[in-house]
Amino acid sequence: MPKVKSGLTGAHFMNGDVACAEGAIAVGCRFFAGYPITPATEIAEHLSQRMPEFGGIYVQMEDEIASMAAVIGASYSGLKAMTATSGPGFSLMQENIGLAVMTEAPCVIVDVMRGGPSTGQPTLPGQQDVMQAKWGSHGDYGIIALTPSSVQEMFDLTVEAFNLSETYRVPTLLMGDEIVGHMWEKVIIPSPDKIKIVNRKKPNVPPEKYMPFKPDDDLVPPMACFGEGYHFHATGLTHNEHGYPRTSSSEVQSKLVNRLCDKIQKNADKIVRVEEVMLEDADVVVVAYGIVARAALSAIKKAREKGIKAGLLRLITLWPFPEERVVKAAKRAKAIVVPEMNCGQMVREVERAAKETPVVFLSKLGEEPHTPLEILEAIRRKR
Amino acid sequence: MVQQTVPVVVHPFSKYLRADMMPHIWCQGCGNGVLLNCFVHALDELQTDLDKLVVVSGIGCIGRTAGYMNADSFHTTHGRALAFSTGVKLANPELEVVVISGDGDLFAIGGNHFIHAARRNIGIKVLCANNLNYGMTGGQQGPTTPLESITTTSPYGNIEHPFNLVHLAAASGATYVARWTSLHVRRLTQSIKKMLQKKGFCFVEMLSPCPEIYGRYNKMRSGLEMMSWFKRASVVENFSDPSKADIAQDKIVVGEFVDIEKLSYEKMLHEKISKINEKAIEGVS
Repeated sequence: MPKVKSGLTGAHFMNGDVACAEGAIAVGCRFFAGYPITPATEIAEHLSQRMPEFGGIYVQMEDEIASMAAVIGASYSGLKAMTATSGPGFSLMQENIGLAVMTEAPCVIVDVMRGGPSTGQPTLPGQQDVMQAKWGSHGDYGIIALTPSSVQEMFDLTVEAFNLSETYRVPTLLMGDEIVGHMWEKVIIPSPDKIKIVNRKKPNVPPEKYMPFKPDDDLVPPMACFGEGYHFHATGLTHNEHGYPRTSSSEVQSKLVNRLCDKIQKNADKIVRVEEVMLEDADVVVVAYGIVARAALSAIKKAREKGIKAGLLRLITLWPFPEERVVKAAKRAKAIVVPEMNCGQMVREVERAAKETPVVFLSKLGEEPHTPLEILEAIRRKR
Repeated sequence: MVQQTVPVVVHPFSKYLRADMMPHIWCQGCGNGVLLNCFVHALDELQTDLDKLVVVSGIGCIGRTAGYMNADSFHTTHGRALAFSTGVKLANPELEVVVISGDGDLFAIGGNHFIHAARRNIGIKVLCANNLNYGMTGGQQGPTTPLESITTTSPYGNIEHPFNLVHLAAASGATYVARWTSLHVRRLTQSIKKMLQKKGFCFVEMLSPCPEIYGRYNKMRSGLEMMSWFKRASVVENFSDPSKADIAQDKIVVGEFVDIEKLSYEKMLHEKISKINEKAIEGVS
């Protein structure tokens, strides 16, 4: 058994990828499998150095498909496990993200988004994978995705991603971008006793009574791990509560898939986090996330200086989509502005929730996110 | 007529299997049951602790084996059993991790994972049922299909050169490599026993008859005809050059090909981790 070493505490100056890696260590992640890819490589590099200090494992796999598979294996062996990648690797991981969903393996996948499609712009930021986060693997399922806006949040939300993943037994995605990944900022790391750590529920029945996929009232089944004597079976096939394949039963398929969706959707109130800035009286609401939300914050402040009642709804949780919060903001507002570094992804969700309130989409691709002035201009046109 | 009471006898190996998963899905004449039988015999002879055994498989007919074993078991996505098992074994090196899968799963879609798992020499034991085609999907050509074989996707005869699996395993760094057919049950069981006692990456191939699918297109319509081929053509050439261990109509080279010792990846990794962990803690105090 590895000896316990305490992690970093206090104020540090670091980049977002390193902050993410330190967040993983702080929350007790002890397994990282990955494959080098810009702009997420620094997470792997940092963990290859840091993991062994904490008795944890760093393994560099042959590709991202293998990385994701190894993460699920480690999770089923009882460790908190993660991988980190960017667009092309995220695409390769999708099939096994589906396996993690189906076998309810807690794990964290970090996607430091760059410009796509394909190899795209490896060193530049993007927000083009946010729909892939929800729909990337085949079939229907619920998933959790968080978007950090700062280096501090690369730390904080990595911790939160693990906690959510362990709570709901679902792969949880941290959707960063090249800027939050590479930018250097001050990070305050709390002392270990101030960091909330959630561990998966364990079965409290003897092995012969254990049903590995029988959920509790919260729709989440307790999880036994390999080597604990439960002799359970898990499969990517449609399975009953025993974990046994039932590939011809409509009833089993319907019950399982609906639960995989519902355990996230019905717990959305507990999962969803947003930041609301000056929304109370806002005529124009900017809905933004990730690095773009920082320009949006600056834009609404400038708008207020000019006497325009603007507010910001920053989505920290992208999935499950914070629908009720958008509905609430849309009811009061005359218009909504959605700046994104893609050709229009989350804006579709916002439009759906906003109903009659007009929604303006601001696209930006390439080198830098929207400037505050660009967002301000859109606010002014809509006041 | 005298009524006889038949005493109920529990099969001595029933503790190894999940009776509630039966009947199995395999066809008459299939060799997968032989592989499972030999594996269970090997476990029994070694008195393997079932609580510490993890059986992992990929997709395909033999992929269902994981579900039939009364141990912790996991049925992964197609081709990913070895990558998944790498995570399992590293996270808990105390576990005996056995991958039981097919030639298509391990060497076509999963080929990259196979060579890298062997290269790392991670202590995973691989049992491959090679049925020379994709059985579950209806008999398509695969990475081991012999030249000129007829399959549902090579109706004019296969023109792709097949992999020689024992040569590939040996070249990739496996510490134990053997090939038998489903006819060689004793030697196969011995090989499985041997690999379960080794520390590094091990590979045992079993040539498995697939009369319903492969055989039907290649003039061997019954399990017996396929077994006759194995009997007629098999030549035991222990520790011969694996590069010359062909599978052909007139000659199937079987035997043990590699049996070497090499530090396993998980041992090297965990020793390094312990040292660094120790040092990191000293550094703090």
